[in-house]
Amino acid sequence: MEILRTLPGDDVRQILWRFADRYDLQMLVQSARSVARGPVARLVAEGARNSHAWTDQKASLLKAFDESGITGLFMDPEQGGFIEGPKNLALALVAFELSWVDGGAATSSLAGNLALAPIHERGTPEQRDTYMRRAMPPQPDEDRQIWRGAFALTEPLPYVGVETGLLSGRVRIAEWVEGKEPLLQVEKRGRFITNMGFANFVTAAVDSGDERIKGSCMVILEETDPGMFDRGAATRKLVHQLSSTGDPVFSLRVRASRIIGGYTVKDGVLVPRYSHGEIIEAVFRRTRVTVGLMTSAKLLSAVEPVIRYQRGRFRGGETITPGSPRYELGLQQKEDVLQRLIDVWATGEAGASLGFAAARLFDELDPLERAKDEIFARQGIGGGSAQMKALRRLQKDALEFLALSAKPAGERDAALEADPLVRFLLLDSLANVLCPACKLWNTGYGATVMREAVSLMGGYGITEDCPGFLGHKWMDAQLEATYEGPEAVQRRQLSLTMVNELFLEQFRMWIGEMREIAWRRPGTGACTLATAMEVWRWTLAHLQRATDADGAKLYHGTRQGVTFPLADALCWLLASRQQILDVLELEAKGPDNPVVAEGLAGLISFLTDLCHVQSARAAGEVGRICAELVHGYNRHPTWDGEGCGTSCGLGELDPLASFVPGVAGPAGGALEGSGHVRPHPPKAGPCVRFDGLEEFVRLRLRLDGCLTGARLAKDRAAAQLTTVMIPEALDYPQ
Amino acid sequence: MTTGYQIVVCGGIVPDPLQTLDPVANPAGPTIKNEMMLPAVLDPWAAHALYEAAHLAKATPGSKVWLVSLGPKAKLQQVMMTVAQKVPFELVALDGQAGGFTDTYEVAALLAGAIQAIPGLDRSRLLVFGGWESASRGAGATLQMVGERLHVLDQFQGVDRLAIAADGSFQILERIEGGRHQVSTCAGPPAVLGWATGSLPEPPNNSQVGMANMRTVMPALHRAKPAKVGAEGVTFARVSLPSQRRDTRIVKDLPVGEIAREIVAWITGA
Repeated sequence: MEILRTLPGDDVRQILWRFADRYDLQMLVQSARSVARGPVARLVAEGARNSHAWTDQKASLLKAFDESGITGLFMDPEQGGFIEGPKNLALALVAFELSWVDGGAATSSLAGNLALAPIHERGTPEQRDTYMRRAMPPQPDEDRQIWRGAFALTEPLPYVGVETGLLSGRVRIAEWVEGKEPLLQVEKRGRFITNMGFANFVTAAVDSGDERIKGSCMVILEETDPGMFDRGAATRKLVHQLSSTGDPVFSLRVRASRIIGGYTVKDGVLVPRYSHGEIIEAVFRRTRVTVGLMTSAKLLSAVEPVIRYQRGRFRGGETITPGSPRYELGLQQKEDVLQRLIDVWATGEAGASLGFAAARLFDELDPLERAKDEIFARQGIGGGSAQMKALRRLQKDALEFLALSAKPAGERDAALEADPLVRFLLLDSLANVLCPACKLWNTGYGATVMREAVSLMGGYGITEDCPGFLGHKWMDAQLEATYEGPEAVQRRQLSLTMVNELFLEQFRMWIGEMREIAWRRPGTGACTLATAMEVWRWTLAHLQRATDADGAKLYHGTRQGVTFPLADALCWLLASRQQILDVLELEAKGPDNPVVAEGLAGLISFLTDLCHVQSARAAGEVGRICAELVHGYNRHPTWDGEGCGTSCGLGELDPLASFVPGVAGPAGGALEGSGHVRPHPPKAGPCVRFDGLEEFVRLRLRLDGCLTGARLAKDRAAAQLTTVMIPEALDYPQ
Repeated sequence: MTTGYQIVVCGGIVPDPLQTLDPVANPAGPTIKNEMMLPAVLDPWAAHALYEAAHLAKATPGSKVWLVSLGPKAKLQQVMMTVAQKVPFELVALDGQAGGFTDTYEVAALLAGAIQAIPGLDRSRLLVFGGWESASRGAGATLQMVGERLHVLDQFQGVDRLAIAADGSFQILERIEGGRHQVSTCAGPPAVLGWATGSLPEPPNNSQVGMANMRTVMPALHRAKPAKVGAEGVTFARVSLPSQRRDTRIVKDLPVGEIAREIVAWITGA
């Protein structure tokens, strides 16, 4: 049997995550890694995380980011950057590398980009030119200071946090001389604002406090603006201590040209071109993917130190001699620790696959979005609702495109294929699902699994001495599940976007795709996943039309008990699907790379087993969630006349007995004259009937059967952990 | 006529020293277990030579640096993703086996051939740099043979410093026994310098340098010719890692002065 010989290296990751042909990104990865496993790791090992304050020691990281190209990554070449085109995948890779060692370092780097993102996405050309250039590290022949930014949205309670619309920050007209640019007075208090210890400028969300200003907007504030630029006290956070976080207070006077995206004046009222909501929507839908990947990096980073700990656990004991199983394998003699590490590894792989797929999707979407805006501008269609209305009209075309896409090339509609608006609609419908799914599942479930990784280190795991800083990473994961929109926000978004007809049609096609893969590569778990996807799809359709026992609609915005679990279930499916697709990519492309080709068979075999393990876990979650939702809102029958009317009659359980052994047995005899089953003393209550749910019962039954072989895959994968070759030592300090 | 130097650095790749390096025998001879799959780095000795070369080139207008490297093309590419961000150079790649079990004579012949084939190379200004030995095998012979094949007879090994005098002559510090240096002078190029560690730190990554280098690195990798190299006819009687020796003594409350006396005694062999 081919075995897993070494841990997957860069060549493998480049194929899995589709940047084998991007040397700019490969260099970037190496650059970010050298910072992460050098200065960042040294700071963590020296205990720099043990203070809330922003210290010179921590500030040294900013210089390391500048020198390595991490700071300049966000900029376009004309602004001094070095990567052409969209940078979502690039940013994701950097965050992944930094988080491999410390999430706070990644946050520190990303927060600067977050401050620039409103300007990048929605700023005027002048704003973009000014601030992007200032934020670029100076070249050797330049004599200037770099500008660093902070993004100020969150405010002290009860204002903006989860609810992004509830702003207390205000902007008023301070002075407006006829024919001149208005001066604005901005009042803003921030909470948990990253980079506040050193930011030279802030992009702040504020609402109008003046009838001469319409709605909300974002404004750029500079530290030298007249008024108060108070950085505030450092937040006493327990995590991400290598980033600077504070609660600032701003009371500043600025020119109206600082409104991000500009403004118009209509009937004496200043109308910002973009509301703060429009801007943050454009920003967060990209940056949230990156945060999701930060937690996946932690999980994958845990594999090597845990294996090393497991193997060396008993070495040094007087009776433990080299060559003995206890010396060579240590804890790895026990099945449980191996299988739990497989769960950690599989979750990390699935999360990374989902996150990088989402990042690539945004790279594809960005130019289409710009093309869409240009087309609409030519047609005189403005932003917001006008665009949404226009796009809704194209929904039919996009559905037709999907229907035709399965047909041979000659039978497709070339015009539809070439239409950028159709392509935008399709990708946008996916991005609107993949982004929140990645943020929600990778961080939320990732934090839970990170706890498992810590537990595999025993008491060592919750000390500062733990190799790989796993204890820190566990805590950090909790913040990643919270900032840039906590789990509830992501679930809420998913509950809206996952019912988009365009997404659902693509999801339906993915089921076919998984079935085809299952036929070709049965060991991947694609079969399990396809059935789980069918269960989810059926459940969604059912919940959209069904009511609960009291007649209330089930799939409704206010019924988060229905919509949120279903959103959770979808995330499992999306992650597992992408994990399978990535392994198939490696299988197809790996032989072309001599480095990867050596040992590829063993690697593919192992990664395939990981897919199977993960798809089984996903199927289990989906089955449980869907069953609860489908059955859980029907009232349980009781032993009264009405209840008996909805419970199984004599003989009705008999057919089920063939695949649910014993189900009919305890039912006992019939109630006199009712024809229904009589409660048997050891039986808790009457069994419900599944009228109208036969298809769901069939799918659930099939799903159980589809788990066949999943545990064997786990056994195989776990066994590989005992033989895989790992480095002699971790490549960063501890 | 250029007054700059034409600096050719010979540098191979070796497995990352943090990896588990386990020599194993196979029918074709000894190898490192899973060597192809292990991450590789530019040979540390050669890396010092490259940084010194870049430093000299920067200080001497009109100079240019080439890096001639023999190794599996795919692995070279991975290593270049880091090395190319350090200093400006032009890559000359040879697609062949790398490692500690190839014949030095064959490697030297290939490297010398590649240097001779560099278009427009001004041999009168040529400086051949490299590591005085290699992390994969400390034979210390390759660079000398490269020099011989190129008819460069001024050769220096274990170099820690190269200083250029006003008249263009070199003052070179070579390591000798006892932690001391031998000081030599040389009229100027052409010369071969096998570097020890030099005195320069590893330069930080510079993405701009990387992007500029990649414009020539990637084409160089694409056109890298297969280079047959091995150890045909050589029999390896035994290969093994140097044995590790660790004497640990746990003593509590030992005065600092006593610790210092022990260290001095150990160093002086008293």
